[in-house]
Amino acid sequence: MFKFRIERAPAPMWTKPLIPIVAILVTFLITSILIILAKANPLQAYYHFLITPLSSTFSALEVLVKATPLILTGIAVTFAFTSGYFNIGAEGQLAAGAIAATWVGITFGNLSPIIAIPLMIIGGFVAGMAWALIPAILKVKLKVDEVVTTLLMNSIIVYFISWLLNGPWRDPISNWPQSPDIGSSAIFFRLIPKSRLHIGFIIALIVVVIVYFLIKKTPLGLRMRASGASKTGAEFAGINVSKTIFIAALVSGGIAGLAGVSEVAGIHYHLIDSISNELGYTGIIVATLGGLHPIGVAISALFIGLIDTGSQTVSRMLGVPVYLGNVVQSALLLVTLGMLLFQNYRIKRL
Amino acid sequence: MDEFIVGLIAATLRVATPLIFATLGELFCERAGVLNLGIEGTMFLGAFVGFTAASMTGSLWIGLLAAAISGILSGLLMSLLSVRLGVNQHVSGLGITLLLISLSLFSYRIIFGESKIPPSINSFDLLKIFSDNPVLGPIFSQYLLTYIAIAIIPVVWYILFRTTFGLNIRAVGENPEATDAAGINVYKLRTSALMIGGALMAIGGSFITLAQLGSFTFGIIAGRGWVCISLVIFGNWHPIKVLLGALLFGGVSALQLRLQLKGLKLPYEIFLALPYIVTIIALTIAGRNASYPAALLKPYKRE
Repeated sequence: MFKFRIERAPAPMWTKPLIPIVAILVTFLITSILIILAKANPLQAYYHFLITPLSSTFSALEVLVKATPLILTGIAVTFAFTSGYFNIGAEGQLAAGAIAATWVGITFGNLSPIIAIPLMIIGGFVAGMAWALIPAILKVKLKVDEVVTTLLMNSIIVYFISWLLNGPWRDPISNWPQSPDIGSSAIFFRLIPKSRLHIGFIIALIVVVIVYFLIKKTPLGLRMRASGASKTGAEFAGINVSKTIFIAALVSGGIAGLAGVSEVAGIHYHLIDSISNELGYTGIIVATLGGLHPIGVAISALFIGLIDTGSQTVSRMLGVPVYLGNVVQSALLLVTLGMLLFQNYRIKRL
Repeated sequence: MDEFIVGLIAATLRVATPLIFATLGELFCERAGVLNLGIEGTMFLGAFVGFTAASMTGSLWIGLLAAAISGILSGLLMSLLSVRLGVNQHVSGLGITLLLISLSLFSYRIIFGESKIPPSINSFDLLKIFSDNPVLGPIFSQYLLTYIAIAIIPVVWYILFRTTFGLNIRAVGENPEATDAAGINVYKLRTSALMIGGALMAIGGSFITLAQLGSFTFGIIAGRGWVCISLVIFGNWHPIKVLLGALLFGGVSALQLRLQLKGLKLPYEIFLALPYIVTIIALTIAGRNASYPAALLKPYKRE
């Protein structure tokens, strides 16, 4: 008889990349129960989930379109979480960026794109930072838990947008509560004709590279990682933890704001009340799945984008409710979280 | 008394009912040291399960029971992740909210399909007390669940502050190491707090489908769970103060609706955003003095 013992010790390094793969398999196994309840064949469903979207150029590009804001919100969350600041407010910071982008896009949208587009990007970044400011100050100055405050800020901006769209910004021509369209020079141009893929995707990739460099190769990144690993340890090493967290919180908000710019300028061309559409919360899933590593985050955003696109295919082909996609994403988050802990244990044969 | 004020008081109690249930639920969890951000999803699940069970069995009480059970299960899931496995409470709670909302929407579509006319049930009747009196009649014309919600508050207070179980729950939320050293099982206590909390949250959610609306819509909870998170802080983790907060919020919401109907030109969104703004201000004023349970957000690992 073999005897095993589970002890607390870091699991071997080679298990690290296996975790997301095993988590995906476990999640698919669990969610296949739901597919059977929806009277569909799980294998067929997962084929449409994962393979069909990649089999045509249009839908493959659509995966990139869906992934674009998720890369940005995922990176935003990663930036904050790395330094131990739990920013749950990407949802609201995205909305703030979208509001700024709409304003810039309407006001300066008839100037040259060389002026309008950079202005929009800067405006969105600053607005995202501004919306992240109050929770960041409260955290640093008064030690008020940022989770609750960033969450509350998300709810506040929903009502602010609702007021804008029913009042001063309401497009008189439309039947829906939405703003007028941004000017044509403010619209993000398409990367590939006949697809919706826009330069927001390139911007997102640039942000990934910059953030990777910032976190891994600069003194600020080192301070962020140290603060995230242990506040007392970092303080002992002479790091100004409050300042580090404050910077991380604001930059995180700014990056989330860029996601809002990308959604307005690349997809909708105007402000709508469901502009965030849980992209901020999904960013937390993306960041966790990506192991808070910028490259991992980009890959997991692509995967979540694939599930988003795939859930529409499954719904169309097999009549399975489209919400299956959201179930898979959130179940995947919980399974991954549970599995990350196994990293700290190893099985030993006695 | 003015008809306007009578109507306002009656509506305040109705709006506050789901909040009272769910906030007390969150209070239980936080007193035991677990911030349960699964609240929004648990309320959503409760609203869905309550409605579905009632429409299948024809009994509203079975609907309520089913909702409570679904809330207990949600609490168990939160316990598995945040208590047993010691996963970060923010992320696991938020993950549970996302999961339960999408799971409810998915199941709703499978069970009820995509009909143009949303299915509905005969919801709970309003009680008729003092129905002859023009003032007391409308005020006391409430759902039984509203009375239960108010009656539960002293019960929760008594459990938390006058029983050994409540003492242990608070101890686990303040200093789990010492509690463990005293021979009390931290995991078990936190799990039971999460189960009780989950049941209360789900009952709160089901009030909206089983009593208020009689139907299930996709935006049914619409951030009420986050309001409850604020109310717990606003009420300084105390059941009685939580009631005041819930009534205040209920009052503002009810007033907002009535002023809108009267054609007041003030943007109603300000009223809706008010509880969130007030909570942030309250947190700012309380600052360091906010009496968070000391072990809130800290997973306990037994060495």
